[in-house]
Amino acid sequence: MKKIIFAALLTIGCVLSLSAQTKKIQTKAKSAVPAPSIVNGKLVYTKYCMVCHQVDGGGVMGLNPPLSKTEYVLGDQKRLINIILKGFNKEIEIDGDTYANPMPGLGHLSDQQVADVLSFVRNSFGNKASLITPAQVKAVRGDK
Amino acid sequence: MRVKTIILRYFACFLLIGALLSFIYKHTNEITPFKPDTDNAGLKLADGFGANKIADNIGRARHIIVTKDGSIYIKLFRLVNGKGILFLQDNDKDGKYETQLAFGDYAGTGITIKKGYLYASSDKEIFRYKLDDAEKVIDPTKPEKIITGLIAGRQHQTKSIVLDNDDHIYVNIGSPSNSCQEMDRGLESKGKAGCPILDSAGGIWQFKADKLNQTYVDGVKYATGLRNVMGLDWNTQNNTLYVMQHGRDNLSSSWPKLYTDKQSAELPAEVMYMLKKGDNAGWPYTYYDPFLNKKILAPEYGGDGKIEGSKEFIDPIVAFPAHMAPNALLFYTGNMFPERYKNGAFVAFHGSWNRAPEKQAGYFVVFVPFKDGKPTGKWEVFADNFSGQAEIMAPKEAIHRPCGLAQGPDGSLFVTDDVKGAVYRIGYTKK
Ligand code: HEC
Repeated sequence: MKKIIFAALLTIGCVLSLSAQTKKIQTKAKSAVPAPSIVNGKLVYTKYCMVCHQVDGGGVMGLNPPLSKTEYVLGDQKRLINIILKGFNKEIEIDGDTYANPMPGLGHLSDQQVADVLSFVRNSFGNKASLITPAQVKAVRGDK
Repeated sequence: MRVKTIILRYFACFLLIGALLSFIYKHTNEITPFKPDTDNAGLKLADGFGANKIADNIGRARHIIVTKDGSIYIKLFRLVNGKGILFLQDNDKDGKYETQLAFGDYAGTGITIKKGYLYASSDKEIFRYKLDDAEKVIDPTKPEKIITGLIAGRQHQTKSIVLDNDDHIYVNIGSPSNSCQEMDRGLESKGKAGCPILDSAGGIWQFKADKLNQTYVDGVKYATGLRNVMGLDWNTQNNTLYVMQHGRDNLSSSWPKLYTDKQSAELPAEVMYMLKKGDNAGWPYTYYDPFLNKKILAPEYGGDGKIEGSKEFIDPIVAFPAHMAPNALLFYTGNMFPERYKNGAFVAFHGSWNRAPEKQAGYFVVFVPFKDGKPTGKWEVFADNFSGQAEIMAPKEAIHRPCGLAQGPDGSLFVTDDVKGAVYRIGYTKK
């Protein structure tokens, strides 16, 4: 039961934070500050990530990990960018569970797309963290 | 005279206690008569059936087997207090089961009983435990290891097991891959030539049920070209192995130029195969399209969604909608259900994830009528609403997901759930 409530809160939280974000973008856009790319990031997420990580970012029990408040999403940004560019296939543990599937590299996405989708993920599903810029992605890609 | 009456009284007393004991003994040795919960445990069932939630929160309950007196063994996907097998009984006969014993220090999926032994699998090994007359494990700490060294990738790692009547055990060895691509699930990544995975996985292996420490060299690759099988059963009507395959994923995320997300959600079919020794079901080279009713060449091997796959591969005998994840198969041989259920197949569909962004499907138990090993009608939903939701967009929304099936000695049907660890018993209640 606790888990269901938690999941429900998470979903509500994510929807709320999403709509909050959209509002923020609009106000920021008005004040002529460069608009963060969260809205575009959502489109990238739906097309390239949702099939595995799901609409609620909750992942799939035992197969694909959740993206809410994980150390990978919120922690080292270089590692996070590399997960998208090169894929990920390690015995990782999140909330006491492990995940069987591998994540393929999505290096075909542009620097802008990667920055957008990670900015979206880092500010959805209960996450609140800084945006990722295309320049950061470019630097990590160049590093190899 | 006095002594005589005392002896007589003692004797009568013994008789009485004896009778009482044998009464209790007899009754603990029979499955509790089926009685549904007032809300049928929240399930929606075929007409005339009821359900009783006999246990809950026991851990990630995978496959299950019922003894001849109605006790149950359940294999756990994750250890609970260091143990991976639970033995449950309903000693007070209130219809609810209590855990009597936890043993086996390995997690896994497969569990079954045959000819006086309990068989159970980790992801790499198969063990067996000798049973006493009441089908209770004699020494839970000392199983015999009958098979070892099986490949367990990170995905499709679980080992489902079933035995035939000739002392063979059949083991699924799932392919640690979606479609044998150079980069698993990657964008437009080609399939590896002559998919090397098939040498040691992606099929069903046959071993001896009673020989210790067997490895690949002792086994027979019974059937190949099967991506991953979780539900399998031995059909005693025609002495043949039947399996349910988990079909491939990610058609549109890997091949966006060939498949839309909607097509990807609906392709390929989840299929049932009847397997003969030496059969090849075609993974990763083909998949089954339930709309074209054809085997189609996989895009990893040059397919475009239309080119037909090779005729050398066998055809499925039942096709279900895509991605529903069949986790258990059971041929019903009991007498409790109406005649049309006899020898038919129950399939537990764990529920999909690979239909996103479309809505998910499955999360139910279906029935397919069979006669002499051949389906005689279309599949139908038998038990639904394990998820507790009208509609599922993401798997996390499902409160319960059906995973294991077993038949009780009275013909009732047991279903496990591996989210919360609920166990359901379904019975026929119409008089
Ligand atoms: C084919 C399925 C698939 C796709 C598509 C996919 N992922 Fe993953 N992702 C996974 C799996 C599986 C893992 C865990 C791999 C492991 O255990 O090593 C993972 C891990 C991650 C992680 C680190 C672990 C965590 O949960 O925090 C992040 C972050 C992540 N993915 C983000 C994304 C983003 C963003 C996209 C889209 C641009 C994406 N993924 C697309 C399957 C996928």
